[in-house]
Amino acid sequence: MADLSTTIHQLELKNPVLTASGTFGYGLEYDDFLDVSLLGGIVVKGTTIHPRQGNAYPRMAETASGMLNSVGLQNRGARYFASDIYPKLTKYKTNVLVNVSGSTIEEYIACAEIINELEHIAGIELNISCPNVKEGGMSFGTSCVSVENVVSAVRKVYRKTMIVKLTPNVTDISELARAAEYSGADSLSLINTLLGMAINAETRKPVLATITGGLSGPAVKPIALRMVWEVARAVKVPLVGMGGIMNATDAIEFFLAGASAVQVGTANYIDPLVTLKIIDGIDSYLNRHKFSKLTEIISGLHM
Amino acid sequence: MQMRKTVQNLKVIENLQLNEDHHLLQLEVPDPLEIIYPGQFANLLVNHTPGVFLRRPFSIYSVDYLKNTISVFIKEIGEGTRALAQTPVNSYINGMFPLGNSFTIPGKPEKILLVGGGSGVASLMNLARELSRNLNDISILIGARSSEGLVELDQFSSYGTVYTTTENGTHGQRGYVTDHPILRDEFGQFKRIYSCGPEPMMRAVAAKARTKSIFCEVSLENTMACGFGVCLCCVTETIEGHKCVCTDGPVFNINQLKWQI
Repeated sequence: MADLSTTIHQLELKNPVLTASGTFGYGLEYDDFLDVSLLGGIVVKGTTIHPRQGNAYPRMAETASGMLNSVGLQNRGARYFASDIYPKLTKYKTNVLVNVSGSTIEEYIACAEIINELEHIAGIELNISCPNVKEGGMSFGTSCVSVENVVSAVRKVYRKTMIVKLTPNVTDISELARAAEYSGADSLSLINTLLGMAINAETRKPVLATITGGLSGPAVKPIALRMVWEVARAVKVPLVGMGGIMNATDAIEFFLAGASAVQVGTANYIDPLVTLKIIDGIDSYLNRHKFSKLTEIISGLHM
Repeated sequence: MQMRKTVQNLKVIENLQLNEDHHLLQLEVPDPLEIIYPGQFANLLVNHTPGVFLRRPFSIYSVDYLKNTISVFIKEIGEGTRALAQTPVNSYINGMFPLGNSFTIPGKPEKILLVGGGSGVASLMNLARELSRNLNDISILIGARSSEGLVELDQFSSYGTVYTTTENGTHGQRGYVTDHPILRDEFGQFKRIYSCGPEPMMRAVAAKARTKSIFCEVSLENTMACGFGVCLCCVTETIEGHKCVCTDGPVFNINQLKWQI
């Protein structure tokens, strides 16, 4: 058994496999299927200071090797999370992170302040990249000035590990990565979904109620890999790579591109046990290639 | 005890083609089955079919605890359902089940009407069986485009009195399910209505039930990615806000739904 441990700022991960926000609920939904504590960590559903109903149905379109969603951060708000959901999560013997989002900087701050008080929450993932909300979300993540404003504001109130989740819907992700690092991000996670669209030719209507949505799944993996590789050369903070990871080989590719850990998202919908299979597969790969530690392959791309 | 959700490789032990585009697959479950309730569903993985990425949800049509099998009723609609419907006997389908809530079963025998349309009858078979075990007085109204679309009527007849409608008049009453006289003349006698089928049909049934203040549950089918409450894609509007069809449903009391009926 190889040493699969990895570090994201102050987070000690027993293995590099986390679950992507919005694909793993609060972990509890998976209790029937697997022991969540075996994972490197989980990132729970995007949380905002106020409850959100999310967007209208239909919210999902299956696409070639992927899917579009337009959920729109449906959640019951940070206070409900703290009082009613958080107590159920303290049983997990792994890192539990909360994905924090908002429509204004004040909302991000208020939400982060509440999460900051929760002892068993190891860190936050600051979501400045949700493509499915009208105000805030991705609009914070597409210009360096707004990235600096929101990241530095939350940095002032949040004391534990803060990962900033980047959007791929930009011209140059590296400059936004540098802006987030400069403003106090301890780590960067990438990529959130790619803005896309589906049309039903028979009805001549958009499939999604919101017309556009976020694309995820294997279709986006080459873009995600390219962006992780670019950002790894632009910043010093550790990266959490994601985008279409379906198996251990996909995950290995992200480590080679420069990710210190990965998140598995859409694959959980198809196989709720996929994360455990990926952990096993990473171990097999390291053994087969005679590496004793995962960290030996991070940024290990042969050029 | 309600069965925990599992993911297992299910062996196809029978694949009955019921008509041009409907198949009934009997699937052998490796682990011992616990109770599966009427209305619950399975999310099946589609193998080797380019263009199909997500699982496909199907009502659990029947459960055989002796043989340790579940059956699903599959209508061929697109590539995914076609591939599943044509799965040969002795090959395997990966299934996630049992998912979702279930129909509410009355505590004492009552006069009950089941209304099904198209492949919506799939979720009513397990319900009819359960209700007949509890000695309810069951009427079952089923509609289809033509007589070929009416399947498993003998099976339904063993649980209650069956009424049919077809759009072309080849079986039973001509017209839509909602035109059948049982929804007018005798309607007030029913204590409970359960319905599954096309949404316009369920809305029409729900509207009639509401007029007479009859207890009515419907089983919804919204497009979903996961089937167990994490993607939040399959929501329907309820008086308590958006609820997931996969976990808060698929069965809803019509009074919970924000249907304009």
